[in-house]
Amino acid sequence: MPTWGRLCMPDKFLQIRDVSVAYGDIQALWDVSLDVQEGEIVALIGPNGAGKTTLMRAIAGLNPLKSGTIHLAEKALHATPAYKIAAQGVILVPEGRRLFGGLTVFDNLELGAYSKRARAVRGDTLKLVYELFPLLTERRNQRANTMSGGQQQMLAVGRALMGVPKLLMLDEPSLGLGPLVVENIFETIKHMNDQGVTIFLVEQNAKKALELADRAYILEQGRIAGTGAAQELLHDDRVQQAYLGICPTPET
Amino acid sequence: MSSFMQTLVWGIFNGAIYGIAAMGLALVFGVLKILNIAHGELVMLGGYLGFWAFSALGLDPFLSLVLVIPGIFVLGLILDRVVYRWVVRQWGEEKIKNSLLVSFGLGLVLTNLAQWLFTGDERSVQPSYAGEGLNIYGVLMPYTRLATLGIVLVVTVALHFFLRKTYPGKAILATAEDYESAELAGININRVYMLTFALSAALAAIAGQFVTFTYALLPSIGMFWTLKAMIVIVLAGTGSIMGALPAGLLLGIIEALSGAYLAQTYKEVIGLVIFLLVLIVRPQGLFVRK
Repeated sequence: MPTWGRLCMPDKFLQIRDVSVAYGDIQALWDVSLDVQEGEIVALIGPNGAGKTTLMRAIAGLNPLKSGTIHLAEKALHATPAYKIAAQGVILVPEGRRLFGGLTVFDNLELGAYSKRARAVRGDTLKLVYELFPLLTERRNQRANTMSGGQQQMLAVGRALMGVPKLLMLDEPSLGLGPLVVENIFETIKHMNDQGVTIFLVEQNAKKALELADRAYILEQGRIAGTGAAQELLHDDRVQQAYLGICPTPET
Repeated sequence: MSSFMQTLVWGIFNGAIYGIAAMGLALVFGVLKILNIAHGELVMLGGYLGFWAFSALGLDPFLSLVLVIPGIFVLGLILDRVVYRWVVRQWGEEKIKNSLLVSFGLGLVLTNLAQWLFTGDERSVQPSYAGEGLNIYGVLMPYTRLATLGIVLVVTVALHFFLRKTYPGKAILATAEDYESAELAGININRVYMLTFALSAALAAIAGQFVTFTYALLPSIGMFWTLKAMIVIVLAGTGSIMGALPAGLLLGIIEALSGAYLAQTYKEVIGLVIFLLVLIVRPQGLFVRK
């Protein structure tokens, strides 16, 4: 058992306890509990329809909880409106990017820093984001919906960074993007993590996610089906079969 | 030729009022995603506030805008908080049905309230310079109408600037495009809805002030203005805020021309025929980008 320094950190950063979420009569999450500690990259993997997006949206305050609690550094996030959760530095890059398509690149970035906390340092953050994605500088006056998918994903990440995240959540950042852009996005995630931003990531590309993450949780049919260090899960037979498309070598 | 020009000019003058009345309706439709049937009643209340400022305080109808605009803006804040907030956050069919019912009901309440407060007598405002104006090659342009057109243009440009260039304005556009993304960015969308509704009410009030010296002011005029504004936002393309003015001018011109060259009685019908034609042939509207 490798000793992961970060695993042993005693203070809980994001703490999710017994969270259930239902859409009308259909329950999507059943008593989900998980922790993300400060400075970690944690991945959430699982099949389509397992409830990964629902969990992300619940943390961000877009889906109300049926029961359970969510805390960030001892502060309750459940029953808090989404805009206040964002103001506390919990920022979600939603699935499908969801940019303000009719507005310019600059407007999108500026709006990302709407909360008082982020607005106070807006000028500095904008410089950092432009450094990170020089392309956004060139395109600052272009309308967001006229850009390619990869550029839009960069803008979505850039907009989230404008909110000065403590916890950056990304829902399927690689969806529908070419390999080069995916590489770029993952490098940015790593870079942000090196800068001290905690990352919580949902990703259909389980291999890539596990290679990047410190730890991971497996979500199946709305329940946590397993957890562990990312490296261990990468070599776990069951995970390999279900999510990495690797067949076990038949024993003779 | 000069009679044609005169008709055209009248159409433009009337269309300017249609435009500004519709702009507020388009704003609420685009951002709150509800059709506010009581919009015309806000036009009516703006008119009565202007009439009161003229008759009780002796204020010039253009000067009294500084009173009418903030007055109805505050009324808009209150109506959003007390009435509209409950339906705006509902979903799908429920939201559509309830918003129509609630705003229709509010319209009735406001109409009857006005009937009770101001009586059913027809009112109008006649400033001392009412009959004066320019005469350019036989085409008459009263000062009141020119000032109306001027104010409508200034307000339209100001609204455009506010929405495109200021932080709260961009928050309104962002909320209109994707309210969840707006929330994720840290925007308090309840506050955006409130501001938007109050802005819409203020725009209606400006239209109402113009009504006091161009049309008759009665408690029952609300539905007329809601319908006019609805025709205009369908012409413009639903959700197109800046399309409201050109669409309003177009409706004004069409009505004036058909009134002059077909028959005065068919004026209203022509507007509705255009409304249906646009819905059939170009349902996205005439003035939408893309």
